[in-house]
Amino acid sequence: MTNATASSPVVEQEASAAALGSTGIRVRVPFWQSVFIIWYRDILRFTRDRARLIGSLAQPILFLVVFGVGLSSAFGAGSGVLPPHTTYLEFMFPGVIGMTVLMTSIFSAMQIVWDREFGFLREILVAPIDRSAVAVGKALSGASQAMIGGIIMLIFAPIVGVRLSVLGVLEMLALLLLLAVSLSAFGIAIASRMKSMQGFQVVMNFLMMPMLFLSGALFPLKGLPTWMAVLTRFDPVTYAIAPVRVSLFSNSGYPAPFINAAQVTIGSYTLPLLLDVGIVAVIGVTVLGLAIAQLRKRD
Amino acid sequence: MADQGDVITVRGLVKRYGPVEAVRGIDLDVHRGEIFGFLGPNGAGKSTTISILCTLVDKTAGSATVAGWDVARHPQEVRSRIGLVFQDPSLDNQLTARQNLYFHALAYGVPRHQRSERIRAALEMVGLEDRADVQVITYSGGMKRRLEIARGVLHHPEVLFLDEPTIGLDPQTRATVWDHLREIRAQTGTTIFMTTHYMEEAEWCDRIAVIDHGRIVALGTPDELKDQMGGDVVVVTTSDNQRAAEQITSRMGAAVTSDDGTLRVDVPNGPEFVPQLVRALDVEVKTVTVRRPSLDDVFLKLTGRAIRDEEVDSAGALHRAMAQRWQGGRR
Ligand SMILES: Nc1ncnc2c1ncn2[C@@H]1O[C@H](COP(=O)(O)OP(=O)(O)OP(=O)(O)O)[C@@H](O)[C@H]1O
Ligand SMILES: [Mg+2]
Repeated sequence: MTNATASSPVVEQEASAAALGSTGIRVRVPFWQSVFIIWYRDILRFTRDRARLIGSLAQPILFLVVFGVGLSSAFGAGSGVLPPHTTYLEFMFPGVIGMTVLMTSIFSAMQIVWDREFGFLREILVAPIDRSAVAVGKALSGASQAMIGGIIMLIFAPIVGVRLSVLGVLEMLALLLLLAVSLSAFGIAIASRMKSMQGFQVVMNFLMMPMLFLSGALFPLKGLPTWMAVLTRFDPVTYAIAPVRVSLFSNSGYPAPFINAAQVTIGSYTLPLLLDVGIVAVIGVTVLGLAIAQLRKRD
Repeated sequence: MADQGDVITVRGLVKRYGPVEAVRGIDLDVHRGEIFGFLGPNGAGKSTTISILCTLVDKTAGSATVAGWDVARHPQEVRSRIGLVFQDPSLDNQLTARQNLYFHALAYGVPRHQRSERIRAALEMVGLEDRADVQVITYSGGMKRRLEIARGVLHHPEVLFLDEPTIGLDPQTRATVWDHLREIRAQTGTTIFMTTHYMEEAEWCDRIAVIDHGRIVALGTPDELKDQMGGDVVVVTTSDNQRAAEQITSRMGAAVTSDDGTLRVDVPNGPEFVPQLVRALDVEVKTVTVRRPSLDDVFLKLTGRAIRDEEVDSAGALHRAMAQRWQGGRR
């Protein structure tokens, strides 16, 4: 046992000798490799923890059933919000996918708090990988987990009666990815300074619930009382949900009024989808920058 | 002054946590290739100093370089050159040992063609090859510690920081860990900077620094520190220790510390002192021992606390606390 390393190849000894010495060459880990390492480890853990995946789907499914079925009559044909031959359940469906992505993304950041509590965060922080790679890797791993959840939710489309098209689904997934990365980064920015699980959960629930309920994920943004309409326009998630919904519907022959009901309007002005996406992207990049700055701080 | 041979230099290092002054201006030079022991009672500032040197914590004042790089200005350069075993566990319990090491190898840029061989050698070094592919959560505390040590040296660091690496390990495992450390140093010339509460480990260090209340109170080789004590330690047991202690103080003017049924007197010349002692006491003297001061004595004198007390009393508590942490880490 004692001569284990002695028996290793001579080449290695030489290489390590070269790596030593204060002016010696140290291998720089490329940015994307660092991102990959962080991402890979989170995903390894995720695949070992099925309960987490199932848990993240439970709530959206519950919402789909309770709200979708319960409120269909209230919002249904004849209520004037949605056109005839369409249901609230159909309208709500992409919103519930958005909700799945939102919750999974944000709560994936809990891993950082766990890592702090159980020590592994120090292994990450003392490694020679740039903190920006840590943030990007974590944001991508959170987004990956969220996307898996979102894709699984697509299974419910036939049950709910939503018509899917390949193009519509692909467009929607691309837009969801943007939402997922932004929200994961948001979670990281908050989680990276949190010292306790409870703290993170309280803060997250406090922020996430209004973000979700004011986003139009669960109901059309038309015909709301003015004060609430104003609040919904201040919710960044609103600008992510609208393009997601429009992309899913517009490629599979839904009537124009149905699609219009999904769009964000300010007064009589309907925001172009590209503007929505731009808003989300700008906020996403800003939050990611914030997450990096938080991770760069030393105690 | 720092010279070419110094791999760690610390000047006037201060760290305040709010009102708590954890480190109060320390100066240190650690020579390349030595095993440097960092000793001190609980809360002395050992872990804080290590955290600053490892770029995890910001200093309040002063400066420090590790492997030639300033820890505040070039953290990435420092990080790529150091290995670290923290006082508290820092493994991913959900992953296997091999996956933990693989993460580390990737993070430190161990070249692709060397990865599997280094991981194999590291696992072999600490005797964990058989359990390499099970989740770390199933490991015992000692196995986890050995895995952390293997991980700390996987990338052949220039400086290896070990914060109480052997705490909670049984004597055999501790001895094995030390074999590994000496072997690593012999092969890669790695400098080892470690804290410990075990006296015999302190003896094995090339040089040691004693820190108390955030200040370095002694620095030198174990022999130098013992010599600094000057004189001998006389340990006496009598039929009435309390009375004997009073008499030694009043009649002989020597300071006495009583410890666990024995009396301890520090004197310039032990052999000369013993006959005087026997004459001066009117209680029955049962045993007398004269010995050279040990590192324990040095530690006791400098910090007012026996390093051994800590080992027995609070190491028990620490061990329990650690065992809880090891086991508590489900996620
Ligand atoms: N994050 C922190 N916030 C506030 N105080 C701290 C923090 N970390 C350490 N301290 C304080 O700094 C002092 C030194 O702590 P440190 O952990 O460096 O001691 P130590 O020498 O490693 O002790 P031990 O032998 O118990 O590990 C203690 O008084 C401790 O309470
Ligand atoms: Mg400590």
